[in-house]
Amino acid sequence: MEAWRFFKKTVSMVFIGTKGYYLWCAFLLTVIGIAITFYIQQLDAGLIVTQMRDQVSWGLYIGNFTYLVGVAAAAVLLVIPAYIYHFDPIKEIVVLGELLAASAIIMALMFVLADLGRPDRFWHIIPFIGSLSFPNSLLAWDVIVLNGYLVLNTIVPIYILVKIYFGAEPSKKFVIPLVLLSIPWAVGIHTVTAFLYNGLAARPFWNASILAPRFLASAFCSGPAMAIIIFQILRKTAGMKIRNEALFKISELIAYSMFINLFLLGAELFKEYYTGTIHLAPMEYLYQGLHGHHSLVPWIWSALFMNVTAFVIFLIPKTRENLLTLNIGSFFIIVGVWIEKGLGLIVPGFIPDPLGEIYEYMPNINEIAISLGIWAFGLLIFTLFMRIAIPIQRGDFIHSRYAKPTARPQYERIEP
Amino acid sequence: MGALAGLSLGSLSCTRAGMEEFLQKHFREMSEDEKKAVIRRLEAKYLKKYGKKVRISTQQAEAGVLWGYGLDLSRCIGCRRCVYACVNENNQSRVNPQLQWIRVIRLKKGSLINLENAEHYYNPETVPEPGFMYMPVQCQQCENPPCVRVCPVKATWKEPDGIVVVDYNWCIGCRYCMAACPYKGRVFNWAEPNLPAAELNTEVHYLGNRPRMKNVVEKCTFCIQRVRQGRYPACVEICPTGTRKFGNLLDPNSEIRYLIENKRVFRLKEDFNTDPKFYYFFSA
Repeated sequence: MEAWRFFKKTVSMVFIGTKGYYLWCAFLLTVIGIAITFYIQQLDAGLIVTQMRDQVSWGLYIGNFTYLVGVAAAAVLLVIPAYIYHFDPIKEIVVLGELLAASAIIMALMFVLADLGRPDRFWHIIPFIGSLSFPNSLLAWDVIVLNGYLVLNTIVPIYILVKIYFGAEPSKKFVIPLVLLSIPWAVGIHTVTAFLYNGLAARPFWNASILAPRFLASAFCSGPAMAIIIFQILRKTAGMKIRNEALFKISELIAYSMFINLFLLGAELFKEYYTGTIHLAPMEYLYQGLHGHHSLVPWIWSALFMNVTAFVIFLIPKTRENLLTLNIGSFFIIVGVWIEKGLGLIVPGFIPDPLGEIYEYMPNINEIAISLGIWAFGLLIFTLFMRIAIPIQRGDFIHSRYAKPTARPQYERIEP
Repeated sequence: MGALAGLSLGSLSCTRAGMEEFLQKHFREMSEDEKKAVIRRLEAKYLKKYGKKVRISTQQAEAGVLWGYGLDLSRCIGCRRCVYACVNENNQSRVNPQLQWIRVIRLKKGSLINLENAEHYYNPETVPEPGFMYMPVQCQQCENPPCVRVCPVKATWKEPDGIVVVDYNWCIGCRYCMAACPYKGRVFNWAEPNLPAAELNTEVHYLGNRPRMKNVVEKCTFCIQRVRQGRYPACVEICPTGTRKFGNLLDPNSEIRYLIENKRVFRLKEDFNTDPKFYYFFSA
């Protein structure tokens, strides 16, 4: 019976909230609604409604996909210290970090679906039912690891939350192995996603072994930066207990990751520019422009400026422990890495194309609207997750037998 | 995702044929009877759409045949007749999107390997132009095709006679193969193909020139519908300068074998180890 009460309350809680909560959800639903109209047009007319063409055959969708896989992978950055090193202030937010990862994976998968020309043939990719080309195709690998990661990152937080609701200790025997598994798995999803591009000899810009390490380094910047912003919002709006100390610790970890990211970028730039072979062309297109085409140049330099500035902010204890500069730095990283790993990674891979043609790609309103819709959907899912998870963690939403305030277990119980 | 699949399922499956199309198996997993049923359904569909009886062949590769192509760069004048002969033969979409399987690029004499200065849209009064050479590029029918390796659903494969084909009804439109191809050998139906009924070629092969649908990938098949019946590909036949050669690599007396043995041939981007069966050479 208690399970039924839990389910019923969960559903009803989603529909109850503050004015801000309603406004936020209404806003997200509006964006999603607009996106759906654009998506129906795309389904109807074909991918011709995008700016993608034979020369640049992937664009904004696949860029967002790559970025979000990184955000999802970065959940480990919150998990590692919490579970391995018992760093207590971060422990409080592991569950939320994992739910963020789950939301990011859902968005990533939706971006792949948005990019797919024939979503009606989606079943062809389902193992055993369709004809998934495993292990030959890296995309097949990605399908497997991403879905596995999604399951992992939903099971663990849901299990912990349900246990807290029932006032019970989550079983260590169950949680710890799954958490330990999720750490290499997180590295795995982003490595596989990097290999997706890395494995294409036809695209010298991607065919660099530095790609996977760079993906990981930049993911460990953008994911936690997003977490820093989200946790502050939840602290203000949902009364979630997160200590500043935890945010500062995360920002310190970002500084190290950003150093590695910038170092690897430097290594790549050196190799391409010093040798100056024909493989330099995509890099040249990105940073300087090529044969009079330079639409990505302002973007990538803004990204570099933001990433370097954020690195300095997060390196200096004084600025990283000031909420204003911390937030500026986080914002810079979210945007900077998005440019670097979205358009800045996907588009130059196609320019110039294998026969030397240059087609300049910039997403159009259809692609932007659909992408915003997917982001809104992900944020909505995350908001609903939080609507349930935070009251449970705070001890407000709990088994009827603990409903009296004195009997409430403390928040810190979430750790396994 | 389920909702989306349901949405597209709903739009397709209003009719029985639509449902059958949705559930259609991978071509290589069909029995002979299933193939026949699919051909019947497709022929009915094309008849309705174009008002013409289309004959869809599923003729298999002949044993002991491995097709090879030769292209004489000394002779090519860059007239692009091959491009349009190919379009007419293979039922490509004519406009919006305009799809072509052959691309002739113009190179300044003195540079062959670096294609960065290749001109794709040259448009002079007359060809050839002094100071330039022309290089037609199409699917190189690699023995080790990167496009086949990356396809997540095995919708593209290499036939026993060496032709790389696509099952247009199995392709999910992810375009990974396009990213993997070093020769720009694949093009995409970004919209419903625009093929006037009057220009439809009704002699088609299931794995080749049958009319395609939106959001699937397509490519040169060496005119599979012709070569398996002992004819030359359309581009070979139309070429006014004899630039294009074609034959069986396994036949020691074929013209293509003669060229490989007696001319100084090279293959495009050999450093990729894709092992193309498309040989460029200079007769002079």
